[in-house]
Amino acid sequence: MIAVAQVTPVWYLALGSLLFAIGAVGLLVRRNPLVMFMCVELMLNAVTLTFVTFSRMLNDINGQTVVVFVLVVAAAEVVVGLGIIVALLRKEPSATADDITVLRG
Amino acid sequence: MHLFEGVTPELIVFILAGAACIAGALGVVLNSNPVHAALSLVGTLFGIAVLFVAQEANFLAAVQVIVYAGAIVVLFLFVLMLLGVDRSEDLSIEPLGGGQRIAAGLAGLGILALSLLAFASTGGEATGAPASADSSNAITTSSPDVAQLGESLFTTYLFAFEVTSVLLVIAVVGAVVLARKVKRAEYVTDPLIEAASASAPEAAAEVSG
Repeated sequence: MIAVAQVTPVWYLALGSLLFAIGAVGLLVRRNPLVMFMCVELMLNAVTLTFVTFSRMLNDINGQTVVVFVLVVAAAEVVVGLGIIVALLRKEPSATADDITVLRG
Repeated sequence: MHLFEGVTPELIVFILAGAACIAGALGVVLNSNPVHAALSLVGTLFGIAVLFVAQEANFLAAVQVIVYAGAIVVLFLFVLMLLGVDRSEDLSIEPLGGGQRIAAGLAGLGILALSLLAFASTGGEATGAPASADSSNAITTSSPDVAQLGESLFTTYLFAFEVTSVLLVIAVVGAVVLARKVKRAEYVTDPLIEAASASAPEAAAEVSG
């Protein structure tokens, strides 16, 4: 007989922070702007998981309401970000994050 | 006598969905092909949707699948196919070199350790005050979560909700401006084009033509 621990909300929080850390490392390591963008989405999703978990822990629906706003902001961010990436890669199809230096001082 | 006494359905769901999440996240970071990375992202998004269901956020799980897997990942794949940048990258030279890669790994470990330490310091309990049972924002079993979510969104957060409509309009206008084809005469003062023509004149001429 193997005693198994119960799933506590902290497990979800730990999974959320693990996903956030993986996304952060990916954002720092990869140089393809599209893959960097996917890593940002990973980090956003880790945070929404954390919000839902806290909503359940505190028995408060407002945590889930915040997730709706995160979704809206993520959608707006993807639209503008992909627009910038398309405009950039159209000029130079093999551009990486290192080539985006127009704003460098 | 069961072999695995105390194995709850929630544990099985958590392990399977959590494994899908982590495998997908690692796939995004480690895949050299951006298309495979986008498809790995779908695995993570579905896993998180399953974890939403496990935590009784059913409406958000549906929205997660529709908005993320249905719209955002398709948008990513659309851009990948549109630009034809679906070639593989050599991950041994493409990402940052050794020192910076180690620094990034340490930063990730630091983020993870810091948050786990924070969870341990509170003993796995949320430090905020739980919603009192008679308040409007307390989760009840009598009404579905979408009804409670709607009530919260259109009463407490009504102003923020209206502001998001402005944000979406700004995003749409920004996307149209970015995607617009500009006439040749206006290109002359474009710093991006000037920078591109300084490094590769024939490529810039091809773009502005």
